[in-house]
Amino acid sequence: MSNTVGTEACLDTKALDEILGSIPDVGGDDLVPILQQVQKAYGYLPKPILMTVSERTGIAAARIFGVATFYEQFHLEPHGRHTVRCCRGTACHVRGGPGIIEAIKQALGVEPGETTEDMRFTFETVACLGTCFLAPVIMVNNDYFGNLNARKIKSILERYT
Amino acid sequence: MEGDTGMKEVSLEIDGKKVTVQEDTTILEASKGVGIDIPHLCYDPRVPPIGTCRLCLVQIEGQAGLSISCNTPVAEGMRVCTENEEIAAIRKTILELILSQHRVACTSCDQEGACKLQDYAYRYQADEARFGLPERRPTERNYTTKSEAILYDPDKCILCGLCVKYCEEVPMAEALTFAGMLDEMRVSTAFGTDLPESPCVLCGGCIAVCPSGAMVDRAAIGKGREKDLIKTRTVCAYCGVGCQLDLNVNPRTNKIVRVTSEPEYIPNRGNLCVKGKFGMDFVGHPDRLTTPLIKRNGKFEQASWEEAIKLIADRLGQIKSKTGPDSIAGLSSAKCTNEDNYVFQKFVRAAVGTNNVDHCARLCHASTVAGLARAFGSGAMTNSIDEIRNAECIFVIGSNTSEAHPVIALHIKEAAARNGAKLIVADPRDIELVRFAKLHLQQQPGTDVALVNAMMSVIINENLLDKDFVKARTENFEAMAEAVKEMTPEKAEKITTVPAEKIREAARIYAKAKTASIIFSMGITQHTTGTDNVLSLANLAMLTGNVGKESAGVNPLRGQNNVQGACDLGALPNVYPGYQSVEDPQIQAKFKKAWKTNLSGKSGLTVVEMIHAIEAGSVKALYMMGENPALSDPNLNRTRKALEKVDFLVSQEVFLSESAQFADVVLPSLCFAEKDGTFTNTERRIQRVRKALSPPGEARDDWQILCDVSTAMGYAMRYENASEIMDEIASVTPIYGGISFDRIEPVGLQWPCLDKDHPGTKYLHKGEFKRGKGKFHAVRFREPAETPDKKFPFILSTGRQLYQFHTGTLTRKSRAIDQKSPTGYVELHHEDAEKYSIGEGDFVEVSTRRGKVITKASVGSRVAKGWLFMPFHFAEGPANMLTNDALDPIAKIPEFKVCAAAIKKAEPDLER
Repeated sequence: MSNTVGTEACLDTKALDEILGSIPDVGGDDLVPILQQVQKAYGYLPKPILMTVSERTGIAAARIFGVATFYEQFHLEPHGRHTVRCCRGTACHVRGGPGIIEAIKQALGVEPGETTEDMRFTFETVACLGTCFLAPVIMVNNDYFGNLNARKIKSILERYT
Repeated sequence: MEGDTGMKEVSLEIDGKKVTVQEDTTILEASKGVGIDIPHLCYDPRVPPIGTCRLCLVQIEGQAGLSISCNTPVAEGMRVCTENEEIAAIRKTILELILSQHRVACTSCDQEGACKLQDYAYRYQADEARFGLPERRPTERNYTTKSEAILYDPDKCILCGLCVKYCEEVPMAEALTFAGMLDEMRVSTAFGTDLPESPCVLCGGCIAVCPSGAMVDRAAIGKGREKDLIKTRTVCAYCGVGCQLDLNVNPRTNKIVRVTSEPEYIPNRGNLCVKGKFGMDFVGHPDRLTTPLIKRNGKFEQASWEEAIKLIADRLGQIKSKTGPDSIAGLSSAKCTNEDNYVFQKFVRAAVGTNNVDHCARLCHASTVAGLARAFGSGAMTNSIDEIRNAECIFVIGSNTSEAHPVIALHIKEAAARNGAKLIVADPRDIELVRFAKLHLQQQPGTDVALVNAMMSVIINENLLDKDFVKARTENFEAMAEAVKEMTPEKAEKITTVPAEKIREAARIYAKAKTASIIFSMGITQHTTGTDNVLSLANLAMLTGNVGKESAGVNPLRGQNNVQGACDLGALPNVYPGYQSVEDPQIQAKFKKAWKTNLSGKSGLTVVEMIHAIEAGSVKALYMMGENPALSDPNLNRTRKALEKVDFLVSQEVFLSESAQFADVVLPSLCFAEKDGTFTNTERRIQRVRKALSPPGEARDDWQILCDVSTAMGYAMRYENASEIMDEIASVTPIYGGISFDRIEPVGLQWPCLDKDHPGTKYLHKGEFKRGKGKFHAVRFREPAETPDKKFPFILSTGRQLYQFHTGTLTRKSRAIDQKSPTGYVELHHEDAEKYSIGEGDFVEVSTRRGKVITKASVGSRVAKGWLFMPFHFAEGPANMLTNDALDPIAKIPEFKVCAAAIKKAEPDLER
């Protein structure tokens, strides 16, 4: 995992101002909701914005970084417009999950954890999507696609531009 | 049953042993208390239990399964088994699982022999390959890659979390975190920022607590393992906290490999700051002086000891007989031991025959000694460091404790963040402690009396004073009350810029607390009103009954490792050892008898007065032991001219310092790591200094050199060792009467310690003040000697920062420190920076009526608008070129903290 993030030119803190303004007496417990809202507003968690969160809330930057890297849901690097999540769970594994991962890699030309150059897709694998009855399964944004085989992947991805 | 803390006690049985402990004790701690060592990797007494390593599990009778002993509290009647076959087998498996993540590299590991993981693996005969050897990951850059101080190896890290927890809980720096998850998880700074750019304060705590060798001292790599090293316990040579540390010396190389400390050490609980941990490179430094030097035709030439000592004795003898003993002066040293200081002042008083002896305490706490002696009868910290943790209110004024006394700051932060103490910080700057404070009073520099008087006027008006205490224990209340009456919070607001309401709130918090401790330092003392400032703090404490009881008091933090001791042992122009007046005929008679010679009954000159007397031609010779006035004294141009002018200058030194370069004769002496003796820390604790390695070249102990010079001058002095000197000290110094090396061997003793059976004194003035009744003083606000005007519109303060010490002679030799703090700077407010078109890191010229220096700008909001701050450690931008040598009329301390200054952008190379 890379610890460095790209330098962001002049990020507007207006969205952050609104997020922090909406929470009275910010404390350590508010960190996860703050990060979720920041990610929603900026598409990912830009370093300068997180440093500003630290300055304004007094929550140590190290703690913010720890939380931001602990949860799969948070991204420190710019994210694609669509997120493809492929399940690595046991049920998916025995029903051909590895082949699905391979198919997505080929279709997108990126490894898990990476984003396509055109910023269209970010590809991730996750421990389990909790829908084992659909195995093997992927999610694109909030949509589930189950009972997959490698041939179906391309047409699914084409729906997202 | 109730213990003295009000906590209940419970009895239980551990491995068949009966144990009685307080109810909140954990099983692991209770076991430790009776000598049962339960294995653990992620436990440390200084942080709350983490419970990740699972190694400390025990069987509690009647409970299903095993329990984690580090976070299970004891209970009445509990029966615990700490090890049986089942537990041992589980521990073995746990260790094997841990080892499957840990790259076993004991053959080349610095931690070898001092590694908990290795010890337990051996004890339980764990098979490191049972779950497969860890995959060797490619070496990646991490947050320590560029650090000169610390190296972190994620392949050895067992992710116990102790370093992260320590960083969060003890220094509260929160520089470290776990980053990532699963296989990727490792310790990191935020965003993997390089350590020197992170909030890390280089305390080295992460290295100390690491149980698996994943964090090590970078400079120590390959320099010696546990079995190659000899540990010598001694006292840190930097500030006055008196941290106990172990110098780990490799006898083969005669080098300090690393510095360690243990949680059970007093007063620092094994905690260190960057200077104690990483600032020891000076000890074996190649620039150390190794032979005597004599200046001939403006150049130093090596000389023999005989030659150098004869020259000094002859020259001093000539000057003494020609212009009298009072034309000779001596500067003793707060860096040297008590024994050195005793012998130094004895040399000046008995061999030379003058009381012209002083040292740098004049520049730091002379006003404390003068003020507190007048108010209470004794000029030292009234209470102990350990008591700070339990104070209800802590009022820190003019002390940037986190930087100047970092380990005491740990106690303050613990009190405020964990124990509910209300912290009030009065400081012109936005210092680190403000983060933990309930109130920050940002007073304009030089207005402390107005602030404190206003607090007192509120306390009296709102009837929050301790009338019983005032009546029974003090005198002169009415005069003080009359003096503070006029200083309403509104009037004080105009003078100090602190809002009146904040002053009221501070007064109420302080007065209502059951125990309130005042902590102060140079921000109070280094003023022309220094003594007044101290007196008003003494007034405040007495007004509320906060003297003579635990966790309260008036607590000056002493700046040098042995500045307390140097004062105690009479390196002052008006008192013999133990603050016994030189002008008191009875005392004088006692010393005449003890030292078997005539003594002068006239008080001598103070530090700055000596410089002025050289200028005036009345002092012809100056003998300096370890002092560096050419960088430490105010108005350096004037000081340096005097050092040039004086007829004969001797310097006993470890380095050819800025001052030693002016000397006619330089004598190489030992540094603390090569000496036996004692230092007295800020809480009056006399602690043993122990020799850890051999000195360089022909360098000799300070007291031995002095004995030889003295003997050559016709006053014979001879001691076998430092212990013998301490015995003589005890015989003439009542407050040290019960001190001897054998008594202070295990833990130091706090003076007053009057005789061999006296247990020492934890806090002063219990029941009665040293002077009988505590005396209030009517103190009124006076302006500083110099105030801003059109030409010099800024107020300039000088002070310390965390990484460097004093004139930098010692700290600036450390690579780890240099990386974090390479050069000097001036702090200014961003609005002022904008106004003068000054950017961060720009070279600027700071000037005052006395001189100008070029330094770098540090722009921000640490200082308020219109104020400047400069650290004084740096010879390349010496803040003391600028400072004012105006003196406090009583204590003769110069006003380092306030002068009028101007600032402008500069071209770095043109004016230097």
